[in-house]
Amino acid sequence: MTTVPTGAVLLSLDGFTHAFGRVRALDGASLQVRAGSVHALLGENGAGKTTLMRVVFGLLRAQQGVMQWRGSPITMRSPSEALALGIGMVHQHFTLVPTMTVAENIALGGHGAFDPHRAADRVRDVAGTAGLVLDPHARVQDLPVGAQQRCEIVKALARDVTLLILDEPTAVLAPAEAAELLRWIRRYADAGNAVVLITHKLRDALAVADDITVLHRGRTVLTTAARDTDQASVADAMLGGARALSASDTDVVNVVVNDRARAVSGPPVLTLDAVTVRDANGVDHVRSATLQVRAGEIVGIGAVEGAGQHELLRVLSGRLSPTSGSRTIPESVGFVPEDRHRDALLLDAPLFENTALQGAGARHGVIDWNDFRARTAALLQRFDVRASGAEVRARTLSGGNQQKLVLGRELEAAREALVVENPSRGLDFVATNAVHQAMRAARDAGMAVVLYSSDLDEVVLLADRVFAMHDGILIESVKDRDVLGRAMLGGDIGDAGVALGADA
Amino acid sequence: MTALRAFAATTVRVVVLLAIALAMLAALLIATGHDVVPALSAMVRGAFGSYYAITSATIVRMVPLALAGLAVSVAFRAGILNIGAEGQLLVGAAAATAISGTLVGVPWSIGIPVMLLAGAIAGGAWAAIAGALRLRFGVLEVISTIMLNFVAQYLTGWLVRGPLQEPTQVNPQSATLVPELHMPVLLEGTRLHAGVLLVVVVAIGVWWWLRSTASGFRLRAVGATPTAAASAGGIDVPRTMFGAFLVSGLLAGLAGSVEYTGITYALYENFSPGYGYTAIAVALLARLHPLGVLATALLFGALQAGANAMQRDAGVPSVVVSVVEALLILLVMAADRWRPSRADETGT
Repeated sequence: MTTVPTGAVLLSLDGFTHAFGRVRALDGASLQVRAGSVHALLGENGAGKTTLMRVVFGLLRAQQGVMQWRGSPITMRSPSEALALGIGMVHQHFTLVPTMTVAENIALGGHGAFDPHRAADRVRDVAGTAGLVLDPHARVQDLPVGAQQRCEIVKALARDVTLLILDEPTAVLAPAEAAELLRWIRRYADAGNAVVLITHKLRDALAVADDITVLHRGRTVLTTAARDTDQASVADAMLGGARALSASDTDVVNVVVNDRARAVSGPPVLTLDAVTVRDANGVDHVRSATLQVRAGEIVGIGAVEGAGQHELLRVLSGRLSPTSGSRTIPESVGFVPEDRHRDALLLDAPLFENTALQGAGARHGVIDWNDFRARTAALLQRFDVRASGAEVRARTLSGGNQQKLVLGRELEAAREALVVENPSRGLDFVATNAVHQAMRAARDAGMAVVLYSSDLDEVVLLADRVFAMHDGILIESVKDRDVLGRAMLGGDIGDAGVALGADA
Repeated sequence: MTALRAFAATTVRVVVLLAIALAMLAALLIATGHDVVPALSAMVRGAFGSYYAITSATIVRMVPLALAGLAVSVAFRAGILNIGAEGQLLVGAAAATAISGTLVGVPWSIGIPVMLLAGAIAGGAWAAIAGALRLRFGVLEVISTIMLNFVAQYLTGWLVRGPLQEPTQVNPQSATLVPELHMPVLLEGTRLHAGVLLVVVVAIGVWWWLRSTASGFRLRAVGATPTAAASAGGIDVPRTMFGAFLVSGLLAGLAGSVEYTGITYALYENFSPGYGYTAIAVALLARLHPLGVLATALLFGALQAGANAMQRDAGVPSVVVSVVEALLILLVMAADRWRPSRADETGT
């Protein structure tokens, strides 16, 4: 195998297309990675970054596309082929065996007899050469997240890879660890290797990368050297080109303008003051968030995956207690979580029992099921849930009808406040409209509504006020898709935004 | 109505399963070189062949199987794999035995409830150990309850050689319960005792509790989808699970004390012929439905009564029937997996 000189193209991808059912995850994506470089692969949620790298690592066979490795065309059939060629990948969710030691984890996938001493020596050797601190005899489950990640990296390096793909490596790390990892990535590439860094943190990408490729809806929309660009232009590319407003977007703007005329002046219903949420690993997911949601308004939140919105919404709906800061919320807050199968429904129970689930924790004595049957029947009618009756199991309903049921149930139970998370995920156009109508009606009836959606158009369409969440910090923004988009990517929004209680 | 339908559906299942069981048994008998007809007829006679067989063999075995089966059903409904009904049953019997010594001269109307209650409480406490291990330290109850079964078994062995041994100290067993404290016999000349009425009442009670009460609904919700129960229902999941451990253990403990006061009148080492393990099959065959448990317990009661008769009268080892029981469970679980329509599982 010939070595590729620094600067020459190591991996080249051209015209990659792949559809999952009717969803086009990749739509002609291309990418060129040079030896000795850090290549940042950027894009919104669902832009196709991870899908493209799964193709490179042999986890997915793309329907179309040409891949070249060191100048010769190849087809990657499996991760072991990728590893044999020198391509390693560290997934966002670790693939370590928690009860095994570091050395055992790294020896997994090898051949022949396992010799603990040789395995440990190998780990010390690889980690030492790479400049990573790692105890080969520590059990993975006892390690902090940062060390687990180093274990994943060493596991890839131990297979002699020259191209390392890192999928959102800083997402789980505390800021100091993240900075340390980025410095390591730089050093590793300077030693003649190549790194593909999948991220939606613009700042990280610009700080460490040589080259930048931006994907939008499965297509490569920007390829540039990092030094030739800035946050604003990369953010524009990630959002699909700021100047590429389609007719429907213009409509959205009009709706927005009309909405603005509505007077919003109810009393505050949901109040957060300097609220911080810290997990068991010491990572802050919400950092000193301050927010007031008034009766009769919809507050929209824009954020990329893992920016802390998951925790923020659960604090607002009373499902999670803040680590510090003060919170004032009504006794019962309606909550529509994004994963309704996991967090909202009993799929094998009849609909009337699903209605009764709301508030089940505080109920006493005998349940009047006939009352719940009647209430469910009324709910099906009122929220246009297409089901043959209150007796059918929730599993038999379509996603849209399940969502309407959950939304209806929460609206019936909580009169003051509603928190919704990705409410139209997996729904078709008609169902999405129905869900939007119900949210507007709740707002007009005087409820305080908080909406998070990974679809910025949806946020801007429904919300009266919008906030961007980036890296745990909540910032109010003007109601403009592009300004909000840049803010949630950590970009500067200048006069357009007001930082509230954030120390950044 | 729905309850009746569920009960009818289970009964149909039981009849079908009985036919399959007999067919498998016949095949097994041929394979092991036994004469099919005399063996099977001995078995049927032993289970249903006479008034005495039905009342004193089949139904008498159904009682502990049904109570322990209810225990397993409650736990499984909450998503708890309590394999420890056997141990909870033994501890319940031991507690009833221990307290019976203090009940000399007490009228039966007080003495029997006290013994039954003691057994139930002991069974609940035994299950609470596994519950605490699970909820405090994350020890899987599948492991801990099996281990506690061994502990209970050896504990019983020690008790009947030590503190609870009969005064003559000849055999490793407890003193026989005074006749005044025996569970009333329902039909003169048989072993059919009032425990069978108790079982029916308890089954209906458990069914009603799961179906109609707020706490029963919480238990089912936690068993169905714990994340949704916590998030959408605001249900305290660990607390609900601990409650399910307690109730499950209580029922299994009651099975032990009913067996002691109604049938054995003494505690000894092999007090239970694996009722607590067979109860898992009883519960699964009934698809965890409390009323269905009555029917499946009767099926297993008949199988075991018949197996004894077959061994006695036709010289066929009764373990052949155990093989059939195991095959039945596998069959039912595979069938459930294959056809996942479980509308009758919601307890309504």
